[in-house]
Amino acid sequence: MESRSALTVEAATDSTDPMRRGLRSLAELPIGFSARIVAVNGASHIARRLMEMGFVPGAPVSVVRQAPFGDPLEVRVRSCHLAVRRAEARTIVVGDPQSFIG
Amino acid sequence: MSTTFDSPPLTNDADLRTKRRQLTIAIAGNPNAGKTSLFNALTGLRQKVANYPGVTVERKEGIWALEGGRTARLIDLPGLYSLDASSIDERIARDVLMGRARGLPAPDAIIAVVDATNLARNLYLITQLLEYEPPVVIALTMVDMAERRGIDIDVQRLRDLLGVPVVPVVAPQRRGLNELSRAVSEAARHGATKRVQWRLSEQAEREIAALCGDGEAGPAARRRVMEELYGEELPPDQNRRALILAARQRLQAHDPNWWQEPLLARYRFIERIIAEVERTKEAKRDLTMAIDSVITHRFFGPLILAAIMLLVFQTIFAWARVPMDLIDGAFGALAQAVHAYLPPGLFTDLLADGIVAGVGSVLVFLPQITLLFLFITLLEDSGYMARAAFIMDRLMRGVGLHGKAFVPLLSSFACAIPGIMATRTIENQKDRLATILIAPFMSCSARLPVYTLMIAAFFSDRRIFGFLSVGALLIMAMYLLGITVAVCVAWVLKRTILRGPTPPLVMELPPYRLPNPLTILQTIWSRAWLFVRRAGTVILAISIILWALANFPRVAPEGDRAQTVADRSAVESEQLKHSFAGRLGHLIEPVIAPLGFDWQMGIGLISSFAARETLVSTLSIVYNVGREADSSSPSLIEAIRKARRPDGRPAWTPLTAISMMVFFVLACQCMSTVAVVRRETNSWRWPIFMVLYMTALAYAAAFITYQGGRLLGFG
Ligand SMILES: Nc1nc2c(ncn2[C@@H]2O[C@H](COP(=O)(O)OP(=O)(O)O)[C@@H](O)[C@H]2O)c(=O)[nH]1
Repeated sequence: MESRSALTVEAATDSTDPMRRGLRSLAELPIGFSARIVAVNGASHIARRLMEMGFVPGAPVSVVRQAPFGDPLEVRVRSCHLAVRRAEARTIVVGDPQSFIG
Repeated sequence: MSTTFDSPPLTNDADLRTKRRQLTIAIAGNPNAGKTSLFNALTGLRQKVANYPGVTVERKEGIWALEGGRTARLIDLPGLYSLDASSIDERIARDVLMGRARGLPAPDAIIAVVDATNLARNLYLITQLLEYEPPVVIALTMVDMAERRGIDIDVQRLRDLLGVPVVPVVAPQRRGLNELSRAVSEAARHGATKRVQWRLSEQAEREIAALCGDGEAGPAARRRVMEELYGEELPPDQNRRALILAARQRLQAHDPNWWQEPLLARYRFIERIIAEVERTKEAKRDLTMAIDSVITHRFFGPLILAAIMLLVFQTIFAWARVPMDLIDGAFGALAQAVHAYLPPGLFTDLLADGIVAGVGSVLVFLPQITLLFLFITLLEDSGYMARAAFIMDRLMRGVGLHGKAFVPLLSSFACAIPGIMATRTIENQKDRLATILIAPFMSCSARLPVYTLMIAAFFSDRRIFGFLSVGALLIMAMYLLGITVAVCVAWVLKRTILRGPTPPLVMELPPYRLPNPLTILQTIWSRAWLFVRRAGTVILAISIILWALANFPRVAPEGDRAQTVADRSAVESEQLKHSFAGRLGHLIEPVIAPLGFDWQMGIGLISSFAARETLVSTLSIVYNVGREADSSSPSLIEAIRKARRPDGRPAWTPLTAISMMVFFVLACQCMSTVAVVRRETNSWRWPIFMVLYMTALAYAAAFITYQGGRLLGFG
């Protein structure tokens, strides 16, 4: 149907890049901690959806809890609570964990 | 509001034209921003629901009486987070904005609904809406809630920065509606001065300028180029396509995440606005967080979900029986009254057994549909539904479905019709179709009379280990069979005809809110009415056809129709045997014989394709015990046990009964379901596919059951 050839460029997964230590993926952020988003990688149609929902570099994000059966995470971006699966959370790169939210 | 509205003097022709014509106003906004509440408050009950041509996206529109006596046609766009991506909803919204939707003129103005408690994310869509031609009026909703949460928004400043009117509204309390009406009339008349400016990087701006060509460089041209360059779809023209691809390559070389640039630029623009207009005082303790620590708790969460579902289930399954029996009884009485007061004859029969019974068979589902939608709307409006999807997503994903498929599937145990209608909350079309296609496998309440009859006839007093009733075990086995097959079919569908990338789950968990009674009533009303109107016509037509099949050709001349009840059922039985339906029964006998069924059961099967529970009444007619028998009637059970084949063997054995039950678990024998699937998918393709594959599965399973059972020495 639609061609997304030129768009779906798999960006390098910065979280494993040794040059940028201190960075981790949102999926690795411990529950209750917050951090700032550094980059949103991954396939463009997913990254675009994530960014439209508020996951943009610079925005503060925190992991509130995980779902009872372990998978979707409840995260908070700005004042908004969202459910994202770990698979998507892994494409979001965040900085150092900063504070503990109550 | 008491201030009177002085319309400014008309000055030119354009004014006159807009003055006379009915305005078309589109209303757009993020999901959960309060769009539905506002739409309902503006239009009241004067709304209708249709589909956009060729797609399954619903189009709601209504009439809005503006101040000053004018009316506007108010179009509700689908809930959107952006206009960028290529989902059907977003494409449709774009088409409407550009006046490309069939049957819709370009809107004279757009009401953009913005949730004041979530300003940043809501403004993202606004930055996009502002790039289209129609003037925009922002309706700032949830201002009461924002106030309570200590969020202070400088409305005047927001208006200045965006260059469009901003009207605070609280739709449930009808606050701000007059101001909105005034602002919209004004905007439609004068257009609007929009001020959104954001620039991209040097490289990107250079590429855009080059692609715009030397001619016009207006906002519309820029928007088109941006769409080509950053959108998911390439232009059809070969040369243009090559240009775009080359530009993308150059940008890509500069920055691997080049395509994020417009997104980030919009957010920077929004960031600047937020910094100027939003002040958050001491944030109050968040009630939603407190509720969620219980509702989505590792242990209590699933427990609460189970309890809520049990309540829903119990209501639809058991308590809805009361009004259903009333409706059933009323239509039964009406049919008898028709027979009693009209002279006997074909027309009376058609009226009583075709039309009245047909209408009754539609309306009898209304209590279940209404009740289910009451629950669904309550759960949806309060914010619980997103939590249910959050909890269940992990398990549903195992099958390839979305967490949101859980509730519709569970409701289908009561009745697939409201369940299928409830799949609307699933945005991904393929997921939604997969859910619709497997929903009828959930054993609905209409199958129970069939199970009950079979068990009463052959397994009533059998027990295992002295206490486990075989009947209960069998019913449980039938439910499990349905679930297992549904899971397998979903798995196969998601890997074949409904294959697609697993859609990401990025789902908002909205704050809990007290549902608004008016919204709920309106939703239920529109759903119920939709069902009666759309499904009703199809069901009625099929009822009449089935009636005709069972009543033609006539055996007895009209004159010597018997008058006593006993004689009448004998006549009916005779009539049925010689009717088209009876002949069809004989015709399909060779096909169904491997399942253990004879031609009399064949008649039952044929009629049960209208509605499953019809099997019971058809068998009563076939076995000549009168149509008023129900599934626990001793005479019918006796007749079934005594029925013989031509060679003297019993027509039914326990194995036949099980084979029949298995067939009923899997076959799509419900024209109401077919009609609803037709309506929900907006095509005949899916309902036909559903009937065919389900019937094929049912046949195969009953075949294996019967032949396998015989090989093992049963039956
Ligand atoms: N407090 C408050 N609640 C609102 C307001 N507008 C809508 N709601 C509630 O917010 C919820 C979601 O609204 P709805 O109109 O269904 O949002 P939609 O998803 O955008 O159509 C409902 O429970 C409404 O009753 C408002 O201005 N103030």
